[in-house]
Amino acid sequence: MEIDDRPALARPALSGRNGGHVLDVRGLAVTFAGDRGLVAAVHEVSFAVAPGETLALVGESGSGKSVTSLAILRLTPPPPRARLAGSVMFRGRDGRVRDLLALDDEAMRQVRGNEISMIFQEPMTSLNPVHRVGDQIAEAVMYHRRVDRRAALKRAEELVERVGIPEPRRRLASYPHHLSGGMRQRIMIAMALACDPAVLIADEPTTALDVTVQAQILELLRELQRDSGMAIVFITHNLGVVAEIADRVMVMYAGRIVERGAAVPVLTRPLMPYTRGLLRSVPGMDWRRFGREPLEAIPGSVPDPTRLPPGCSFHPRCGFAEPGLCDAALPLLEAATVGAAEGPPDHFVRCHRWRSVAAAGA
Amino acid sequence: MHAPPAAAPAAAAPLLDVRGLRKWYELGSGFLGRRVQTVRAVEDVSFSLAAGEVLGLVGESGSGKSTLGRTVMRLTEPTGGEILFEGRDIARLGRRGLRPLRPRLQMIFQDPFASLNPRMTVGQIVAAPLVVQRRAASREACRETVAAALMTVGLSPDHADRYPHEFSGGQRQRIGIARAFVMEPRLLVADEPVSALDVSVQAQIVNLLMDIRRRLGLAILFISHDLAVVGHVCDRVAVMYLGRIVEIADTETLFRAPRHPYTEALFAAVPVADPRVRRRRVLLKGDLPSPLAPPSGCAFRSRCGYALPACAEAVPPLRPVGGGHLTACIRDDLALAGAPAAARRRPAETAGPGAGPADERRSLGLPVAAPQ
Repeated sequence: MEIDDRPALARPALSGRNGGHVLDVRGLAVTFAGDRGLVAAVHEVSFAVAPGETLALVGESGSGKSVTSLAILRLTPPPPRARLAGSVMFRGRDGRVRDLLALDDEAMRQVRGNEISMIFQEPMTSLNPVHRVGDQIAEAVMYHRRVDRRAALKRAEELVERVGIPEPRRRLASYPHHLSGGMRQRIMIAMALACDPAVLIADEPTTALDVTVQAQILELLRELQRDSGMAIVFITHNLGVVAEIADRVMVMYAGRIVERGAAVPVLTRPLMPYTRGLLRSVPGMDWRRFGREPLEAIPGSVPDPTRLPPGCSFHPRCGFAEPGLCDAALPLLEAATVGAAEGPPDHFVRCHRWRSVAAAGA
Repeated sequence: MHAPPAAAPAAAAPLLDVRGLRKWYELGSGFLGRRVQTVRAVEDVSFSLAAGEVLGLVGESGSGKSTLGRTVMRLTEPTGGEILFEGRDIARLGRRGLRPLRPRLQMIFQDPFASLNPRMTVGQIVAAPLVVQRRAASREACRETVAAALMTVGLSPDHADRYPHEFSGGQRQRIGIARAFVMEPRLLVADEPVSALDVSVQAQIVNLLMDIRRRLGLAILFISHDLAVVGHVCDRVAVMYLGRIVEIADTETLFRAPRHPYTEALFAAVPVADPRVRRRRVLLKGDLPSPLAPPSGCAFRSRCGYALPACAEAVPPLRPVGGGHLTACIRDDLALAGAPAAARRRPAETAGPGAGPADERRSLGLPVAAPQ
């Protein structure tokens, strides 16, 4: 097979922005078998991403956001240690739609790192310290594209240049420890883009970086997406980063989606008290409000997944909770419409009391 | 330059007065003619801290802010300079000389998982400073002091018999804070105290620190890369770049009208949790230069959009620009943009084009003109 020699990553979008979804996750559940019995880490998670779109998966530790992303790529431990349920429908390069959870291991390897790529928080642990970065990028190209080493290294050089690293040819000969954290994350991105993926899953890719470098990486991802039309699933706990990069947002708490919708309404008129509390507890940069009053905090801490509270998992920390309702029944993820809405509902919330939250304002 | 900063708010002798502090690390052995390289992790740093004051220390990783905190705490030996604590130079004191001062100098750390001994109960951890300093009159008195400290940080006295692994990250950070406060310190060095915590818990810990600070009147050196948190808790802020303080001012002045291009770049890079805000992106090029080979003159010039040929000639001194504000930039002709203050307002509510101050123009995505 010939290597794609069109300008790096200039592949047109798989289809128009609204031309269907490239990834459609339905009823995904992940259960781990541990010392203390079965632990459901992710319950009934459903969402879809279109080409060219960025979906942010927001949550704190233990929310299930990273497990969700690992499950999509089948990177969770094999059964019986972890069991996956539901389906992950993926539209491949050939236009066929397949359930990734039903693929055999060999077919999954052809998708992973090729049609769907992933980048992680700490690039140092994802790169092999004893191999030159050029060889590590070329390896992915050779594996998926079946080209020789020379062609693969040429492709690696293009990619390294594309992610904004000066003197790409010289950099290919570097070892990971020669590079700064931002540079390593660029190398990881280059590696992830080696085969023009349709979907990029980015798990806290800027959390370990300084703000100035974070801004560069976010800009790079936006630019690459504009050129290639890839979909990005961006996992983060940083709501500022969400506002910078996301078209749509999905908030997770204790293994469940608690709010989902377009970025602007979710971040400016949140309907789930948890999302609202998170947004209010992030200190702003407005010096006129510095030190005037204590920060607004969400009381308590994230629950232990083996001992989830009954009813809504958030109710013990929630100012809107109503005894007899929120501690009794798990709310469904329902379509929320505030005021006049056009088109199909796009804002979903898992809260018995969302109407009161809407009335209280952000 | 060894002049103490003019920014000390009170005329009385400061609690902490750091003068020309240096901490260098040597890499390589020098054996068989191999060149020894020197990393100047902290270079010629001077600042003072009044009793009860909170000074923020911000900068990117590698800027030397943690090394500075550890050197001030005397967890490491300074290469040069003075650390006057309560009027006495502690830079040269040995282990024995430092011991009587330790109760008044305490530290809390970033990682609440690594800074607590997993084999000790919470009670033993919090009581450790009392035992080391032989402060507890009796077992009973010790237990009471620990119980009071746990209550102060929002834990229950019953938690004293449990082990660190039974607690969440936020609760562990509370244990670390209880351990620091059991000695009633006068100076606390807090190194990234909330960075490892969940967002929903960070605000609780920030509020707790501020509450204890008010009650005990202690001074805090608050080291953080999170500018918004620093803005909320600090009276003054110092910005570090490659081992040096490049700007220091009271918090409001620094955020409203920074005088160093690096400070402006930091503000521009902070993402704001409001998708309606569209700022002009001032992307800083490249990474922090290697501390082994910093650029000549101003170390920031290699990434600075305002650099002049003169910037390469000499290290710019930290000079006063009025009102206790010091900057290490030689240019006085820049109109630098402050923090995005209009972040939580709708674009429609901000001033129209040409009217607003730089930060509002920036929030609208308009170019900010710098008078030449």
